[in-house]
Amino acid sequence: GKLGAKLNPSYSALDKQTAFKDASTYNNFYEFGTGKDDPAHNAHTLKPRPWTVSIEGEIKKPLTLDLDQLLKLAPLEERVYRLRCVEGWSMVIPWVGYSLSELIKKVEPTGNAKYVEFISLADKAQMPGVGSRVLTWPYREGLRMDEAMHPLALLTLGMYGDVLPNQNGAPVRIVTPWKYGFKSAKSIVKIRFVKEQPRTAWNEAAPSEYGFYSNVNPDVDHPRWSQASERRIGEDGFLVRKRKTLMFNGYNDVAPLYAGMDLKKFF
Amino acid sequence: MAFNPTAKQVTALKAVAFVLSLLPFFKLVWLTASGQLVEPLQYITRATGDWTLYFLCITLAVTPLRRLSKWNWLLKLRRMVGLYAFFYGLLHFTTFLWFDHFFDVQEMLKDVLKRPFITVGFIAFVLLIPLAVTSTNGMVRRLGGKRWQWLHRLVYVIAPLGILHYWWMKAAKHDFSQPILFGLIVLALLAVRVYWARSKAAANTRAVGSV
Repeated sequence: GKLGAKLNPSYSALDKQTAFKDASTYNNFYEFGTGKDDPAHNAHTLKPRPWTVSIEGEIKKPLTLDLDQLLKLAPLEERVYRLRCVEGWSMVIPWVGYSLSELIKKVEPTGNAKYVEFISLADKAQMPGVGSRVLTWPYREGLRMDEAMHPLALLTLGMYGDVLPNQNGAPVRIVTPWKYGFKSAKSIVKIRFVKEQPRTAWNEAAPSEYGFYSNVNPDVDHPRWSQASERRIGEDGFLVRKRKTLMFNGYNDVAPLYAGMDLKKFF
Repeated sequence: MAFNPTAKQVTALKAVAFVLSLLPFFKLVWLTASGQLVEPLQYITRATGDWTLYFLCITLAVTPLRRLSKWNWLLKLRRMVGLYAFFYGLLHFTTFLWFDHFFDVQEMLKDVLKRPFITVGFIAFVLLIPLAVTSTNGMVRRLGGKRWQWLHRLVYVIAPLGILHYWWMKAAKHDFSQPILFGLIVLALLAVRVYWARSKAAANTRAVGSV
């Protein structure tokens, strides 16, 4: 691909990859509208360059990085991850990036850094959906420090070998494949290291439906639908039953992060 | 604006309305068959739900429109429009039973009982069934006009239940613009009936009083 990333087989699913056309035209990115095809229609107004990400908070080395610095911060890898949307559908996407931990190590968090907060761009001029009352803007997401340090958490700069399409969160986003898709903040402009668990956009909007953790979990239903099964976009059609959803979306490596936690309570 | 079509013209109008009402269905079939939809199953579920609601609103609009316009022939389209509400409702329910539960009726019923927004939608659909069944001339005769009319007033319950189902579905995303719009439409269509019924009652009282 254009980004010259090398496949990392130890972090790549063997599932059949979703067609690029589907992955780039069926999106939830409310900054560009709430319809699934809105982002693909509207995101051309986003300017992914020039772009900077400021990294601040409980760290010894606050930094502002531009896109070229981000692209060179660590060797780019291709990783094929399953993506499970909280709405009950899934895709398989070859992302390009590197472990978020590479970035975290560079900024040297202090002992006070317990959580990482991701803040997305919220510019009405570029994003026609900002201003809608669906969520409070900017979009915010977060991870516990140990989750953020887990090698699966991917700082993502591309997909399908090329840079991210605007509608998929250009130019830089997070991908946490063991969590529902909305945890993976898009078009990030700020990363903050904080002491307290950060408020997140969806949790604020509907606390009973979207928890801070939001790990993929077939045993914890969404209040309005079951999470026990899912439909793989482009594969599961009319003639098949939905496929079973796997605990942590099949990424059991992360299970130790939640040892001893009641995942029904901390959903 | 008096418009009194002949019997022949009414038949032609009915035929046009029949075909127009099928267009959303054919659009669904076309979009699905031509592979233009990334997630056809979800699209079909949404579209059939939307059209059920549209047809419920159109059905409820017939009487007020007729009274305001004096186009009495509109009444001759009402049965068909109502049956289309049932048709799209049936498709909507079938997609739920098919795509969500793959025809596992027991699992489907569990879902109905567990999730209030589905419970409400399911009740609305079940209540539509007797109306569809008794829509024929023969059934009107067998029930008698008065009883038939009372039964078909169930639609005054069904439409609000449909709105509630839609409202609940959209609630989590704080995306109320559509449910509010359709809620107001249904509210207006029901309110105008209450208003007319009251004026009629008042007029009757006055008439009685003057005797």
